[in-house]
Amino acid sequence: MRDRTLWTWHIFAGAVILVFLGLHMTIMHLNGTFPTFNNPFGGEAESWQNVAARARNLFFTVTYVVMLGAALYHGLFGLRNILLELDPGAGLRRSINVALSVLGLALFAFGAWVAATAPGVVSRMGG
Amino acid sequence: MPDTRMKQVVFHLRRYEPGKDREPHWEQYKIDSPPGMTVLDGLWKVKELFAPTLAWRSSCRMGICGSCGMLINGRPRLACNTQISELQSDVVAVGPLPNFGIIKDLVPDLHPMFEAHRELMPYLIREDLQEQDSPTGEYWQTPHELERYLQFSYCIKCGCCMAACPTMATDPQYSGPMPLGQAHRYNSDTRDGGFAKRRELLEGGRGPWRCHFAGECSQVCPKGVDPAKAIQMMKQDLVFDLLKLRVRKPAARLVDKPCGKRREDIPAAPPRTVTG
Amino acid sequence: MESHAHPNRLGIRGWVGGGRWGFERYLYTLHRITGLGLLTYFLLHIFVTSARVFGKGAWETAMSAVSGPAFKAGEYLVFAAFAFHAVNGVRLALIELGFAVGRPIEPIYPYATSVGRQRPLAIAVMLIAGVLAVWGGYNFFFMD
Repeated sequence: MRDRTLWTWHIFAGAVILVFLGLHMTIMHLNGTFPTFNNPFGGEAESWQNVAARARNLFFTVTYVVMLGAALYHGLFGLRNILLELDPGAGLRRSINVALSVLGLALFAFGAWVAATAPGVVSRMGG
Repeated sequence: MPDTRMKQVVFHLRRYEPGKDREPHWEQYKIDSPPGMTVLDGLWKVKELFAPTLAWRSSCRMGICGSCGMLINGRPRLACNTQISELQSDVVAVGPLPNFGIIKDLVPDLHPMFEAHRELMPYLIREDLQEQDSPTGEYWQTPHELERYLQFSYCIKCGCCMAACPTMATDPQYSGPMPLGQAHRYNSDTRDGGFAKRRELLEGGRGPWRCHFAGECSQVCPKGVDPAKAIQMMKQDLVFDLLKLRVRKPAARLVDKPCGKRREDIPAAPPRTVTG
Repeated sequence: MESHAHPNRLGIRGWVGGGRWGFERYLYTLHRITGLGLLTYFLLHIFVTSARVFGKGAWETAMSAVSGPAFKAGEYLVFAAFAFHAVNGVRLALIELGFAVGRPIEPIYPYATSVGRQRPLAIAVMLIAGVLAVWGGYNFFFMD
């Protein structure tokens, strides 16, 4: 794909991250200001009950996957910008493109599996 | 009262003699500087008094030709357009424009910039090749349409923007602010029909996507051309084109020529009243 | 295309070279640094939070591994970096899509540039990012 298309998706992904990561940061780190905002059990946002409750909520599952994809794309494209601007030469340029694509897809597959799996399911299966 | 006092300034000049020096080095020359003296005048003084082999490029000495772009006290400027007094320093450090190779002393190798400029086809492109090569007339254009590119057409290709651009500092693949700005100057000209041809290069890695708006090119431009503005407008154009939002108009048509026939109802001139 | 003359590219020094430049140059550098920092954190974050599929015990072990004042300070840096990168990102998106740089004008000395045109936006970015960083800091260190 040409840089124009990739760049346009980079901006679009940035807008998606702005909304969802803004929400994520509000829930996790501004919980002092908004105490019960999606922390159904109150207290620490990262306590097990709150984490498990969010993980069972379909809204959070979907937004985690969307945010994961958008953030991976946005971040790795930004890294590609920086690496390519260091003038790596034609061969390395190609390797950077391939390596970042593979890394992104692998992390997305892993992260999406985690988000779509019920909390604690692996330990219940004896894994 | 204007300050008429003569003061002494020290010129720190970046010298490099190809075939002799392995690396460029600094040399210092102390000269008298009357008020109103430009950096270019100072260079002539140094050449006359101390360094006859000193080399630089200059021509018009009035900010028109774009030959004397140099790195003056850390900032790319035209030597002829910069008075020593405005530097507010007793030291005038002059080096060749960075991000270009050094040919000798203060002479940068501008070839890569002009090559990138050429590749982006900085001229009107018409569907009718016959008309493009041997024009028979003028094209329609309103004053409003002229204003859409006039600012960018004041570019004198001095290369100051290329020397200030952070991306140019590492990436020789990037076309750079001057060539991209000029590509936009023609893309936004209503007489031009070459958007699709230039897009071939602009939508790839050499296009405006390596610009992140550090804004330097526009801050240093000695003609107020604002290449950063042109590049951002170009991105809008290209992204709108990708999203099928770009309004496409055919290139402006030729102005109708006078048909050459004399009107028949024009009365004849009255007979002469003065004889002799 | 590279010339055959003596090379004189500034290299990475040219990326960070501030000093004599406008303050947008610092925003450019800071945007890169915070971007790299956020990406590093995010990649680690994916692995740390994946502990939740192994149940309560594994989750609490993972959370205790990343607790303590050093991690808390680090997390706050991530929050502040996010605040800056997000707000500055909105500014950059507006500019780079051609909406905040103005229209072509007649260049009359002293020249007005697109940099000056977007300057109020850049100042607003710094103010909003500052407010968010202080708000987050208060929450991090005094309310948690």
